[in-house]
Amino acid sequence: MTAPSFVWLALFFAIPTVIVLSMAFRAAAPDGGVAPGFTLQTWRGMANPNYPAIVWRTLWISAATTFLCVVLSLPCAYAIARMKAKWRAAVAGMIMLPFWTSFIVRVFAWRTLLNPEGFLQAVLMSLGLADKSTSLNYNSAAILVVSVYSFLPFAIMPIYAAAEKFDFSLIEAARDLGAKSFFAFRRIFLPGVRRGVVSAVLMVFIPAIGSYVIPDLVGGTDSELIGNKIYQRTFPDRNLPHASALASLMAIAVLVPLAGAAWVTKRQEEREAKRLAEATSRRMAGGAS
Amino acid sequence: MKKSAACLIVLCAVLVFLYMPIIVLIVNSFNASKFGGEWAGFTFKWYEALFSPRNREIWLSFKRSLYVAGVATLFSCILGTTAAMALNRWKGRLQTAHYALVYMPLVMPEILMGISLLMMFTALDVRCGMTTVMIAHITFCVSYVAMTVLARLQDFDDRITEAAYDLGAGPVYTFFHVSLPILMPGIVAGGLLAFTLSIDDFVITFFVTGTGADTLPLKIYSMIKHSRQMPVINSLSTLMLAFTCLLVGVSRLVASRRPGKRLRSAA
Repeated sequence: MTAPSFVWLALFFAIPTVIVLSMAFRAAAPDGGVAPGFTLQTWRGMANPNYPAIVWRTLWISAATTFLCVVLSLPCAYAIARMKAKWRAAVAGMIMLPFWTSFIVRVFAWRTLLNPEGFLQAVLMSLGLADKSTSLNYNSAAILVVSVYSFLPFAIMPIYAAAEKFDFSLIEAARDLGAKSFFAFRRIFLPGVRRGVVSAVLMVFIPAIGSYVIPDLVGGTDSELIGNKIYQRTFPDRNLPHASALASLMAIAVLVPLAGAAWVTKRQEEREAKRLAEATSRRMAGGAS
Repeated sequence: MKKSAACLIVLCAVLVFLYMPIIVLIVNSFNASKFGGEWAGFTFKWYEALFSPRNREIWLSFKRSLYVAGVATLFSCILGTTAAMALNRWKGRLQTAHYALVYMPLVMPEILMGISLLMMFTALDVRCGMTTVMIAHITFCVSYVAMTVLARLQDFDDRITEAAYDLGAGPVYTFFHVSLPILMPGIVAGGLLAFTLSIDDFVITFFVTGTGADTLPLKIYSMIKHSRQMPVINSLSTLMLAFTCLLVGVSRLVASRRPGKRLRSAA
């Protein structure tokens, strides 16, 4: 039973991954192939000022996307969870529906929307907020907006799943005790859905780091992300070692938050277990006295 | 109640944000203007263009997408189900490694899988084409099917198979007549997920495709990139949207009916 999937994934997932990692320690040959022998030359090449700028841009756009998605998802999840059961399913379905449509089509829709001759430019111009020279497309801000758009359902769903289990009488209790609405939201609701927030962060940050289509279609030449550079090094440049080194950097950028989230969850579970044990022993001590 | 009102406003704004591009796209598919900045009158010409012989390539790539998704779904269902059963039945170092192999593709960005497969195919001197695309699709679908079936297996009562053995059924008979029917909803759910993921995949396919293996998302991408017949993409997208909504609607209807039916047959 283990063999089919184990062999398949070892062959087409594990081995290719090892090939990429090892390729980063080779040098590119001028003919587009790979030079023999292992070297750190490729990694030294990563210091070329172009690369750190691209890595940095990828990190901040992904972090900003994640932040905006979570900030927008919290009130949405709160609002949906407080609805009547019938409405809840309908609204959750409405949020998921765009997600079921073609990803490339959604990015294309934004590209037309942000086009200089497109709908948004026309609206902004009629409001006097933009003129002919304003460019909505092909910059980092466009990447950010479209990324938030594409990954928002991934953030709303886990937070909503946590909010559905949240006990809203706690909010009422806090308010009865004099807490302001926002204070209750921040200090009671937010910790209550923390686990949902952790998975939302991962669900948005990971695809944002690996983004290729969005920066390619709505980003400009000065807003390239790691994904674009990997593509460029692989196909037009035929520099596989550089592409591999960039891919390795991307893998690190994904694995660090994953490990961090695993650590946070584990620590939280331990703390809860400890609290439970303390409460139990206290109750037992109370029972004995 | 004030907080609820503020949250509701954000929710409405988010829904507008989520649907605005889609609605503009649908409207523009009937707009005679080429760029959609202003309304230039109602037209069906983009739909006519979509079905004209000039755009045969779109429909060919759609057929290719269906074929690839079908093959990927079939194989990933087989591999994913056996993986889930193995993970559920045994524990130990081998299964820990197995679980890592199944789990990692879920969290790795697609582009990494794309480039790693491409590099392996290049190293092995394999010509990229339909075969490599299908291999790639099976690879990323297996994990999703395995996880879906595994979730279903966790509620599985092992006493049922034990009862089958006690009643004299062999392992093969038990698998096909007892375990499989119980797992079917999980496998179908995993298969549907695999199918949608496969038919929508762009990045991985983009890396491992070759001549004559462009799927529909790749075809749409190249139309966008070369700025050819943009309004035709609108009409194509509108049809795809309508089709997806229909599918989601029907599956919701079926899903909401099922519990009632089961209750009735139980009674």
